[in-house]
Amino acid sequence: MTYRLTDEHEELRAVVRELADERIAPRAAAIDESAEFPWDLKELLAQQDLLGTCFEERHGGTALDAIGQTIVAEEIARADATTSLIPIVQKLGALPILLAGNDEQKDRYVPRLASGEWLIAFALTEAAAGSDVASNRMRARLDGDCYVLNGSKRFITHGSVANVLTVFALTDPEAGGRKGMSAFIVETETPGFAVARVEHKMGIRGSPTAELTFDDVRVPVENRLGDEGEGFKIAMETLDRSRLSIAAQAVGIAQGATDAAVTYAADRTQFGQRVADFQGIQFMLADMASQTEAARQLTYAAAARVDANASDLPYWTSSAKLVAGDTAMRVTTDAVQVLGGYGYITEYPVERMMRDAKITQLYEGTQQIQRLVIARQLLQRAGVGARPRDRRETGA
Amino acid sequence: MKIVVCIKQVPATTAEKRYTADMRLDRASAESVINPLDEYAIEQALRLAESGAVESVSYLSMGPEQASEALRRALAMGGDEAYLVTDDALAGADEWATAKVLAAALDKLAPDVSLMGMASDDARGSLVPGAVAALRGLPLLSYGSELSLTDGNARIRRLTATGYDLVEAPLPVVATVTDQVGEPRYASLKGIMAAKRKPLETWSLDDIGADAGSLRGAALTRVVAANPPEEKPPTERVENVSADEAAAKIADWLAARKLI
Repeated sequence: MTYRLTDEHEELRAVVRELADERIAPRAAAIDESAEFPWDLKELLAQQDLLGTCFEERHGGTALDAIGQTIVAEEIARADATTSLIPIVQKLGALPILLAGNDEQKDRYVPRLASGEWLIAFALTEAAAGSDVASNRMRARLDGDCYVLNGSKRFITHGSVANVLTVFALTDPEAGGRKGMSAFIVETETPGFAVARVEHKMGIRGSPTAELTFDDVRVPVENRLGDEGEGFKIAMETLDRSRLSIAAQAVGIAQGATDAAVTYAADRTQFGQRVADFQGIQFMLADMASQTEAARQLTYAAAARVDANASDLPYWTSSAKLVAGDTAMRVTTDAVQVLGGYGYITEYPVERMMRDAKITQLYEGTQQIQRLVIARQLLQRAGVGARPRDRRETGA
Repeated sequence: MKIVVCIKQVPATTAEKRYTADMRLDRASAESVINPLDEYAIEQALRLAESGAVESVSYLSMGPEQASEALRRALAMGGDEAYLVTDDALAGADEWATAKVLAAALDKLAPDVSLMGMASDDARGSLVPGAVAALRGLPLLSYGSELSLTDGNARIRRLTATGYDLVEAPLPVVATVTDQVGEPRYASLKGIMAAKRKPLETWSLDDIGADAGSLRGAALTRVVAANPPEEKPPTERVENVSADEAAAKIADWLAARKLI
């Protein structure tokens, strides 16, 4: 399968980069410092139609292809990883609706998400069920024309700012998470829903990560996505695709750090010459740039598989996320090294980028989970399959 | 009510520029953008359209084939249609030749307001709006910080050293606006996609009824040299001395240049 960036893709990149450079990058340090959700930038992105890139035009979206969506996430993350999560999580939360929702559900919720009027979050992970999604415990009991949800969710990105959630809960506890879990659309105005706390984090500090509690939250039957018992499948199909956004975010963070390091090295003088003229620094910059480019191209290759709905897309999106996440961590760490002491203080952006990069190795499946996904497909291709105990999957 | 915004494609301010042997800008060498001062005119026109005071916003540019990119970019910000006047006979046109071409095109489009930026970012002659108004025999409302339209009149608010003037003239008019209009909008994604489907017509001199013969070499001026600005002497630093000593050194430096 081939992929190619078109003139439209390059134009999109130029437009988003200009916006990110002029309006988002100048806000990044303050967002990190205050750890407050950037409502102003959410409005800006909504105004520029950048929250609706994954939705169909009939729902008010712009229906970009996966490479286009990747470019948007990448260019925003290059300026600020927190802000890049606004479109990324809008897609993550909406994917269960796009993949399993019926027309009525899509018509009701997607237009408000595409316009950015509403934010959505993806509520899968629980305190005791991270990578091990199948051990989820939250309950959904059918009572007349409603399901009654009880339990709690943890580490839910945008959980405290979302108007609506896609929530995963057990409709058949006997059958367990893999067979007995179902997916629901839950409006956060529903009585019984509460935000228990917002976490204090190392990075992506302006992106609220919340613990959510559900106390007899009544959800109409028509808000169930797909059939009862399909929750696990919907969650996995969502993550197989949403991982691509995290790869894009990681590429963007790595590019931002590389650019900052190059600018600094060209400006800083030590021992009577520019730091950039030391071969030792040049080697580091060359590694940072080439590794970032490799991660970017792997991410685009994965995006092409998502567009084609290829049967091996989990192999590609997990590979892209694995490589891009590790690249972001390594490159941002090197960027701090290039800047020396200045890299370690908040006057320059690279220490923030290094803290932000870490999350890309953790969420939407740890790097170890990505390797399990990759290996499983690898072994399947070889016709030898993976043993059942290796088939656990991951939360967000 | 119809506005035509005249825009010019210019090399980006930060682009490194090269010149051809006959002192023309080598356009292929530099990234091109909409003249930033024209973006304020676009913003003003789009605001008037949004307020309902104007039914249609069109764009007009004179330039090489590639100036259509600037028109597409303008259409992505908003507006309805665009026209590019391009003709080999126009190479080397100065302000006067440009004004003659734009005036002929505007005669054909017959807008109520021909709106322009206060200057171009590259040549900075600021002559074209006045010349177009003179050629078309229309009033010129220049340097507006705001343009409003009421009862067959156009009015600008023009900042002065002591306050502001309100200048009014009956339509049709030629008007220019400054950067005090308000920040130009960014093109939205839907705007960019919609712009590809908006009409963009290319006109030759024949199409606007202008005589190529009279315009060829119609330029009254000629660029004889283009030089980069002189390099500034390196910054002198006062470092690793006590505050008193540093203050004395800086005072001496300023005094030597009769600055204090």
